[in-house]
Amino acid sequence: MNRGGELPRWVDIGLIPLLNLVIALFVAGLVVLIIGENPFQALGIMLNGAVGSLKGWSYMFYYATNFIFTGLAVAVAFHAGLFNIGGEGQAYIAGLGAAFVGLGLEFLPWWMVIPLATLACFLVGALWAWIPGYLQAKRGSHIVITTIMFNYIASSLIGYIIIYWLRPLGSMATQSRAINGAYILNFREMGKMFFGLKLPSTPLNPVVFLALAAAWGVWYLLWRTKLGYEIRAVGANTEAAIYAGIKPDRIIMITMAISGGLAGLLAANEILGVQHLLLLEFVQGAGFVGIAVALMGRSHPVGIVLAALLFGLLYQGGTELSFAIPKISRDMIVVIQGLVILFMGALEQTFRPYLSAYFFKAED
Amino acid sequence: MATLSTPAIELINIDKRFGAVHANKDVSLAIAKGSIHGIIGENGAGKSTLMSILIGFYGADKGEIKVSGVPAKIKSSSDAIALGIGMVHQHFMLVEPFTVLENVVLGAEGGALIGPALAKARTELARLARDYEMDVDPDAKVGELPVGLQQRVEILKALYKGADVLILDEPTGVLTPDEADHLFRILETLRDQGKTVILITHKLREIMAITDHVSVMRRGELVATKETKDTSVEELAELMVGRRVLLHVSKGQAKPGEVVLEVKNLVWRDRKGTPRVDGVSFSVRKGEIVGIAGVSGNGQSELLDVIAGITKPASGEVIFEGKEIGHLGDPRYVRQEGLAHVPEDRQHRGLITSFEAAESSILGWHYDQSLGKGFRLNRDAVIARSTKEMADFDVRPANPLLKSSKFSGGNQQKLILAREIDRDPDLLIVGQPTRGVDIGAIEFIHKRLIALRDQGKAILLVSVELDEIRSLSDRILVMFAGKIMGERDASADEREIGLLMAGVTKDAA
Repeated sequence: MNRGGELPRWVDIGLIPLLNLVIALFVAGLVVLIIGENPFQALGIMLNGAVGSLKGWSYMFYYATNFIFTGLAVAVAFHAGLFNIGGEGQAYIAGLGAAFVGLGLEFLPWWMVIPLATLACFLVGALWAWIPGYLQAKRGSHIVITTIMFNYIASSLIGYIIIYWLRPLGSMATQSRAINGAYILNFREMGKMFFGLKLPSTPLNPVVFLALAAAWGVWYLLWRTKLGYEIRAVGANTEAAIYAGIKPDRIIMITMAISGGLAGLLAANEILGVQHLLLLEFVQGAGFVGIAVALMGRSHPVGIVLAALLFGLLYQGGTELSFAIPKISRDMIVVIQGLVILFMGALEQTFRPYLSAYFFKAED
Repeated sequence: MATLSTPAIELINIDKRFGAVHANKDVSLAIAKGSIHGIIGENGAGKSTLMSILIGFYGADKGEIKVSGVPAKIKSSSDAIALGIGMVHQHFMLVEPFTVLENVVLGAEGGALIGPALAKARTELARLARDYEMDVDPDAKVGELPVGLQQRVEILKALYKGADVLILDEPTGVLTPDEADHLFRILETLRDQGKTVILITHKLREIMAITDHVSVMRRGELVATKETKDTSVEELAELMVGRRVLLHVSKGQAKPGEVVLEVKNLVWRDRKGTPRVDGVSFSVRKGEIVGIAGVSGNGQSELLDVIAGITKPASGEVIFEGKEIGHLGDPRYVRQEGLAHVPEDRQHRGLITSFEAAESSILGWHYDQSLGKGFRLNRDAVIARSTKEMADFDVRPANPLLKSSKFSGGNQQKLILAREIDRDPDLLIVGQPTRGVDIGAIEFIHKRLIALRDQGKAILLVSVELDEIRSLSDRILVMFAGKIMGERDASADEREIGLLMAGVTKDAA
């Protein structure tokens, strides 16, 4: 029964993304060919760099952790019909939460400071996204515009705070002093400390489990709670939501806060788990990658985790590739990632009509 | 050679699919020159698709079209116009801030300068007005004209472009009975002058009143073409649905009880400050159906919104079971107090088309503790509730996991009615209960509304279908320009109600 031209589910969430990925890689291969390198060799190096060793895998999951948070942030807002492109700034400003709690509550034991600092990341990110939410709900300022502007405000604000408040006296580096109170051990340190294992040196740390838990949490929120129902109702049909007695203004503000909070958790990974101090530009574009991840993952947590892993693979494999083949520079990697985003996100619908025609012909 | 016996339009073996939907199955139809030919069928029967193929909006997968006996390739609306085929759409294609004249020349401006075209159109318009008795002020702004005249502009537009065949899609939906009569007179004049008219409608009475021939479509197939004088309403209805249907609801005498809803001097203004509901007062009692008749856009929608708590009134009171609820503007509270609401716009309000049917069937009740404790939403409870409601109201297919958009109009409406009635409300307010609903489901919905009345519930019904209002209501209020023009009982003369709908009271007439 396929009335109205709907494709079977496995085609929709399996075949179409796969097809898009293959074509993205094919076009990327052409680009590699044009600059005079062997695309198959390049692909081999990339895959080997990401999934050919324990170190590669670890890096892939480390990158994916950030992308899961920012991807979920975009997806939650998207379900309420909001396009939050301020994940970058929300994650960045959340670093303040990690720094202030981590530095300010150093006298508390680690098992208290770490959860508090993580919570602070969530809350600061939430507040930063709530403001554009409020402006949209009550003042009608468009969320796309305000969240973009808030990225710049966050950037300036953090620069100011680091330089004037957090920089240790006499230091020339634009970073805070070490946050020792809320230091999340990474897996290598844990392995060495507790099991005497010698694991490869990578930044992967337990925050990856928080990311997976957040993915489950978002699924539960959206499809198993009344608030999630209201969020989806507002996003799918605001008129109907009002008819049902849902207040869209309220939902917009709550959703933006949740979205910003999720983006903010990236700071827990980067600041508490990796850098152990607050520094400039630690988000490194992960906020924007989150948009691509959410698009590709079709705003569903499972899809987002998978898409985040794919992007983790591209990041890690791409880094290895630029080491191995100097002709393929860092910028080339960006081109390849761009192609994946183009085919998976922007051209997502391109092959649908053909597949549709094929499947319905086959059915008759 | 085209002779008088050559049909104006011949459709031969037209076939069209949209994905898995077979919209037109091998349809063949000849339309005689100088006749009024009706095409009836339920929603989704394929009438609109067929006409869209004729005017070049869609291409047919198979089949042939002949215009005056000559095979024609119609690939766009300009091809259709060149062949003398014009269409008056259900939703007018007019530029409201433009004058009548400017609208008429739209798409036929000629050169870079508008002057000559306008001058030519002015003379032509005067001629058309004389020939077909269609007077319209050429310099009036279209947006300021009443709907009936706007429709006339649409017809003039088509005639100006040289249409010999005029297709009208549900033309009377927006008209008062009086305006509809006038339209029919115009169509008859057009026919007498040799034009061919194709009338698409779902109103059987119109077919009987004005057409020479009638074709019935059902599920993409053309099931019959008859001479109108040889058929009857009952036969046509049966052909449309494929089984015998009861056209008139039988209901017993109402036994009205105490007042449930009382509306006093209600005023609601739009953003510009224009009162759209203007000093409305009435009451609804237990065990009766009060119908509000009126041409669409006369404040009925706004009145329903205020009563349901979706918008707040500017002044006046809405008293439901002794409590003033108007100033609250809280649909959730109103619903909890026992006021259920089937909204006029099913697709945009009544349900969320991208949601599963089960999710649509809790809309407005989703916070209820029976569907999950605290913040949680218990999916099993949601599906169980939906399954039960679907069984109660014979929703097909009875699959709560199917997307709401996959149900037909009638089944979507049953889904909404089931949801609203399931909570045992004291008052049900219903807007356009059967708009876009097939005949079989109309019968079902009407029976359920009457059963609800007989259980002692109060019902406030708003519909633009006067027949529906007359057959269901115990008392009829007529609304015009935001005001209640008068109250009549169900046996009142249709013409009298029609006059009230046009804003004419007895004293003035």
